Amino acid sequence: MALILDLLVQGGQMALVLALSPLLTGFVRKVKARLLRRRGPSMLQPYRDLLRLLRKEVVLADNASWLFRVTPYLIFAATWVAAALVPTFAIGLKFSWTADLIAIIALLGSARFFLALAGMDVGTSFGGIGSSREVMIATLAEPAMLLIVFTLALVAGSTQLSMVAVMMSQPEVGLRVSLGLALIGLIMVAIAENARIPVDNPTTHLELTMVHEAMVLEYSGRHLAMIEFAASLKLLLYISLIACVFAPWGIAAPDSAPLAYAIGTAAYLGKLALGGALLALFETSIAKMRVFRVPDFLGAALMLGLLGTLLLFVSRSL
Amino acid sequence: MPTLDELMRQGRPVARHRPWPRTVVDAAAWNAAAGRLSDGDWTLLGLWGEAGAVHMALLDGTGGIGVVSLDCADGRYPSIGQRHPPALRLERAARDLFGLQPLGLPDIRPWLDHGGWGLRHPLAARTEATEPAPSYVFLPGEGEGLHQIPVGPVHAGIIEPGHFRFTASGETVVRLEQRLGYVHKGIEGLMAGADLDRAAALAGRTSGDSTVAYALAFARAAEAATGATAPPRAQWLRALMAELERLANHFGDIGAICNDASFTLMHAHCGILRERVLRAADACFGHRLMRDRILPGGVAVDLANSGVAALRALIAECRARFPALTELYDNTASLQDRTVGTGILSAALARQYAAGGYVGRASGRSFDARRTPGYPPYDTLRFDVPSLDAGDVDARVWVRIREAEQSLSLLEQILHQLPEGPLRAEPTPPSEPCEGMALTESFRGDVLVWLRLAADGTVARCHLRDPSWFQWPLLEAAIHGNIVADFPLCNKSFNCSYSGHDL
Repeated sequence: MALILDLLVQGGQMALVLALSPLLTGFVRKVKARLLRRRGPSMLQPYRDLLRLLRKEVVLADNASWLFRVTPYLIFAATWVAAALVPTFAIGLKFSWTADLIAIIALLGSARFFLALAGMDVGTSFGGIGSSREVMIATLAEPAMLLIVFTLALVAGSTQLSMVAVMMSQPEVGLRVSLGLALIGLIMVAIAENARIPVDNPTTHLELTMVHEAMVLEYSGRHLAMIEFAASLKLLLYISLIACVFAPWGIAAPDSAPLAYAIGTAAYLGKLALGGALLALFETSIAKMRVFRVPDFLGAALMLGLLGTLLLFVSRSL
Repeated sequence: MPTLDELMRQGRPVARHRPWPRTVVDAAAWNAAAGRLSDGDWTLLGLWGEAGAVHMALLDGTGGIGVVSLDCADGRYPSIGQRHPPALRLERAARDLFGLQPLGLPDIRPWLDHGGWGLRHPLAARTEATEPAPSYVFLPGEGEGLHQIPVGPVHAGIIEPGHFRFTASGETVVRLEQRLGYVHKGIEGLMAGADLDRAAALAGRTSGDSTVAYALAFARAAEAATGATAPPRAQWLRALMAELERLANHFGDIGAICNDASFTLMHAHCGILRERVLRAADACFGHRLMRDRILPGGVAVDLANSGVAALRALIAECRARFPALTELYDNTASLQDRTVGTGILSAALARQYAAGGYVGRASGRSFDARRTPGYPPYDTLRFDVPSLDAGDVDARVWVRIREAEQSLSLLEQILHQLPEGPLRAEPTPPSEPCEGMALTESFRGDVLVWLRLAADGTVARCHLRDPSWFQWPLLEAAIHGNIVADFPLCNKSFNCSYSGHDL
């Protein structure tokens, strides 16, 4: 019985992230539009876009290899699995015991690796530019992310997200400088990873400035739908991750009553809305940085992670 | 060394060319002019051909303007471009359209002719194109690790078509070469034989964002040719329209430049201001872009009292909202980080190419056709020509901000002093062939129109030179050493016209 319940919770989580991620994207776009005094498209527009893309014919370059065709599904699958591992409304997920935060980073890294390969597969110059920029950003974002994970792991004594969430909701954790540094670092990494302003602009039409969009320029139809869906999932994943680690309030404990799950879901929705609104506000108030400023930006995230880890070591050894 | 006056006196002056003289010179004088151009003493305002002759409009250091012509019955003339690079593309275009061979021009590639016309030299011999056009060879960029990035002519955004070939070392641009001519509409061909009204309409369609400036330039050239003068009220209304057009374009582009740095806030607010200007223009003159509102001899519509009220409301709103936007631009560090020091155009190049408008003025060349040679009613209006020396994207934005402020002040002055009177004095048809020329200031820079009317009053030959002819090549220079990702920002800060250039 417990197993069935666990599977239900896990299944519910997987379905929830899938169902919510386009809405989150639509919500961020809506808030941005309102901030610019535009009416903006409906929040449901991303669902319609996905549906439209799924119905459309796929146009492939003549020299596209099997890798190019397979990659969208790989990316989607890897991102979905990663998103399913982050506790959203409940901790103690069935699958989360098989994979920790480092596995999530690895899954996202693999997805990115394949996307970068696919960007170069057709041999257009934009795909190449996009891939080279993306890999540059990745080489800086991933170490920063790992250092942030170390900070969290040192505080919580685990890299399991459920354990981290439980630990962080304990009053004895208190306010710690290291955690503050880790939060800022994580937000910076999340912005870079999700190709948001100021690192990349998801809505740009300028081919030469694109990073993520340049890699997927050659995609169309259901392939593009998979990639867009994965991008939405990734945004949801990062906001969920930040919420789960730094704001685990309201999250349902394992084997609790249905009411707790309902509260957990409501709290989760609130956190997503807040995260999305803050993202939109931030993106509206800042211009995109030069490509070669990105190393400075992510270098700062790396330093914050490193500082957080060091501070913990120093405070422990005293 | 001859002055422009002396050079003009050496040749055979052409009768009925107004308001500046035109002289048919020999090859020696032609070459002497090329020398003065390459020495930087004089400025090339335009170079255009017709069957059997080539013309060149010159501006000397004192503000004197003259047109020198060289008869070349055999279709050859000594190239100006070999000594004075700004003439390069003009000569290539004249070769494509008229088959005039510039002797000594190193670049033998076509410019406007992409091989899709089915005939060669469409404005002169009109010979059937028998063999397909050879493929266009881009200038080579050689070195280790260099790669090419072809961009366009079809772009991801809704902009005009143009091809950009980047040679890059990683992200750094080593060479940019443009290829234009995709929006060639054959305006000069359509003009030939058209009556004045139709030609005025065609002129207004050369570049949609500068339709007022083009219509004004054409009208002034036609008036100069026929010896007519527009009534005072028409002249003031023309200036009113020109400033509204300038304001709308500056507002729109300031926002668009910020948008290319992904700062959408400025874009949204500037977009609102631009829309207000366009709506006011619609309320005043019945057309948002004021197309076909300026005719040879006057203007087509009057400004009603309700229009005056709409304009006053517009000025009040712009004055209330624009300073806050200027401050936002100035105080957003992330935006300044993108614009300051990006795409620097040197003052020497701006001077050599006679870059007009904000491109020249941001690099220390404070030329403004409203001042030099000047035309009414600007001689009685007070305005500054803002000029900066930095030459980067930021300087171009600031020049435009200051120009928008000047335009607001000009609008106020025009509304205040607008005289009463008739709107149009229909130009009397000439009894013999006559020629006219005009230089007006569009938001982008100086537009030159040269016009020859036949004895029956139809257009025999009309040449329209967009300011972009001298700005496009400078973009190639300004992007040098910048990173590829900054190109859209630089390009937007130049905002050259494709349509006006391709004709």
